[in-house]
Amino acid sequence: MSADQPMLSVRGLNTVFPGERGRLHVVRDVSFDLAPGEVLGIVGESGSGKSVTLRSLVRLYRPPTEISGSVIWNGQDLLRVGDTRMQDVRGGEISMIFQEPMTALNPVLSVGKQIRESLAEHEGLSGRPATERATELLSLVGIPSPRERLDAFPHEFSGGMRQRAMIAIALASSPQLLLADEPTTALDVTIQDQILKLLLRLRDQLGMAVILVTHDLGVVAQTCDRVAVMYAGRLVETAPVRELFRNPKHAYTLGLRRSVPDGGAARTPLAPIGGAPPDLRSLPPGCPFAPRCAYVKPACHEAEPPLVNVAPGHASACIRHDVLPTPQKERS
Amino acid sequence: MSAAPETAFQASREAADETVFDVRGLIKTFPVERSMLERIQRKPRRAVRALNGVTLQVERGETLGIVGESGCGKSTLARCLVRLHEPDEGTIRYGDDDVRTLKGEALRGYHRKVQMIFQDPYGSLNPRMTVGAILNEALAVHRMRPSAQIPARIEELLELVGLPLDAAERMPHEFSGGQRQRIGIARALALEPETLVADELVSALDVSVQAQVINLLLELQERLHLTVLFVAHDLRLVRHISHRVAVMYLGRVVEVGETEALFRDPRHPYTRALLSAAPSLEPDVTTVADAVEGELPSPLNMPAGCPFHPRCPHAMDACRAAVPELVARDGRRHACILEPADAPGG
Repeated sequence: MSADQPMLSVRGLNTVFPGERGRLHVVRDVSFDLAPGEVLGIVGESGSGKSVTLRSLVRLYRPPTEISGSVIWNGQDLLRVGDTRMQDVRGGEISMIFQEPMTALNPVLSVGKQIRESLAEHEGLSGRPATERATELLSLVGIPSPRERLDAFPHEFSGGMRQRAMIAIALASSPQLLLADEPTTALDVTIQDQILKLLLRLRDQLGMAVILVTHDLGVVAQTCDRVAVMYAGRLVETAPVRELFRNPKHAYTLGLRRSVPDGGAARTPLAPIGGAPPDLRSLPPGCPFAPRCAYVKPACHEAEPPLVNVAPGHASACIRHDVLPTPQKERS
Repeated sequence: MSAAPETAFQASREAADETVFDVRGLIKTFPVERSMLERIQRKPRRAVRALNGVTLQVERGETLGIVGESGCGKSTLARCLVRLHEPDEGTIRYGDDDVRTLKGEALRGYHRKVQMIFQDPYGSLNPRMTVGAILNEALAVHRMRPSAQIPARIEELLELVGLPLDAAERMPHEFSGGQRQRIGIARALALEPETLVADELVSALDVSVQAQVINLLLELQERLHLTVLFVAHDLRLVRHISHRVAVMYLGRVVEVGETEALFRDPRHPYTRALLSAAPSLEPDVTTVADAVEGELPSPLNMPAGCPFHPRCPHAMDACRAAVPELVARDGRRHACILEPADAPGG
């Protein structure tokens, strides 16, 4: 898949929120490529900038929030196209699903009506063909008796079914890229399992690429082809999923991996990352992770390390990447 | 017993064999508001059965993990144990106490012995009180110390949970989520409890911070010989810290046993489904075999027979006929007719 031309190419993305207590630089110099049909995971803790990155790609923020850099999509820079073109892309070629379906769905419109809105807007379908397509979409995402459920309102669905309905709406425009912001975080594990498998099946059936924002390493391991780890607004490591879990090359990634119980003897102390994520308004000089890092050396405090290739397809912004141990395997 | 760091937290169950909690046949229903139309039509009041006959024992000094998906009743059970909810039927014995009938001084004593820590470190601390005042209130209300000794005790508690001493003068909002959870733990420990009931203690925290709080819990349990009920949906954490695990589904315990045995060889089809749905950290390990179809039935419209049968890949007619009892087998208890009990005497 890496042999393909990237369908999305992000370079030097920066997002700055104005604020009473000073400007908040939430996304800092983020660059990555996405191949057609690829599932890219963006993983990080709260406040790392992962959701803002996702939303910045389709300009979900208006001035005075500043988004700069470039987001090249099908030969066009989405940060520079007009609002009309952006609206075609948003919810059209690029769709988005959210953690909380209840806040993303319109509570006073039936699910069928919401799917038909998108079909009319992006596919020019109405009347009976639209109804048929909407039924097809509900069936595609695994909602039982789809024809009858078209008239149901979001509150009549369970959490898992709402998430499916939201995915059906997102798919109505036949997107080439689906942006998924913590799509299973509010769901129980058996339902999460169903939704993640659904996303992978849709990727295979429709050839759609997915960017999945999550804080859950297990979700990343089971769904993504490639992973980007974010910390304090920057990408600190990107790698194919196996490589990232077997051979992490950033001390933060290793720390995250080790914070999770992974098969050491039961009831032994875990290995937490000390301290707390930094305040974006007063970042330390040098590597933002240095104050919490177990492998820190004086050079780490001097300059913020750039994201550089440390192995084919594997980039890290850690100058100590060559001394990091490999994590042990999880017991089965 | 050796105290090498690798086994540092293994010793706390030495005194096991003594049942502290003995819960039998616990039923808790919540009334459901009728809509205006239903009231006009004089439809009968309906009720959700959050607990539908829970039977469970907790041994002194152990950590019992209670897992299950939303709506399974695990939080309701925790709240019934600390008398935040009044069950409809069933008994809760704690040592020699019949918990449901405790009143007055005996009830205060029970509340001192069994403390609850909540999920939401933001909502469970009074935002207008300093941390010192929050701890002081707990100590004063239960007359834990003569007032002259209270400041020293507050310092002791802060130190115990790893907070700086100047925390006493600060307000809850000045702390991060992980630190707030430490404040909640300090408040619970102020009463020198024997048992902690922790409801989703770390679910609201980031993973790196979760590990800090889990380590604190393990350490405190060791030092203070606490019994811990750890209610959580994170199976990986539960496996790591629990001696035994109880799996709940639709208001019932469907399986309970020693942690490793239960995780390695789950007997109830729901336990198998739940464990296999948890995403592995190994990209090459995909566990799909026991994935279940469908979702939790509405607790307003409970299926007849085994509550899991509508989603169970092995369901047969007998499963629809009667609710399977929790039976003992191989040192485990589970409620599935496909796995009969040990033959008596065999």
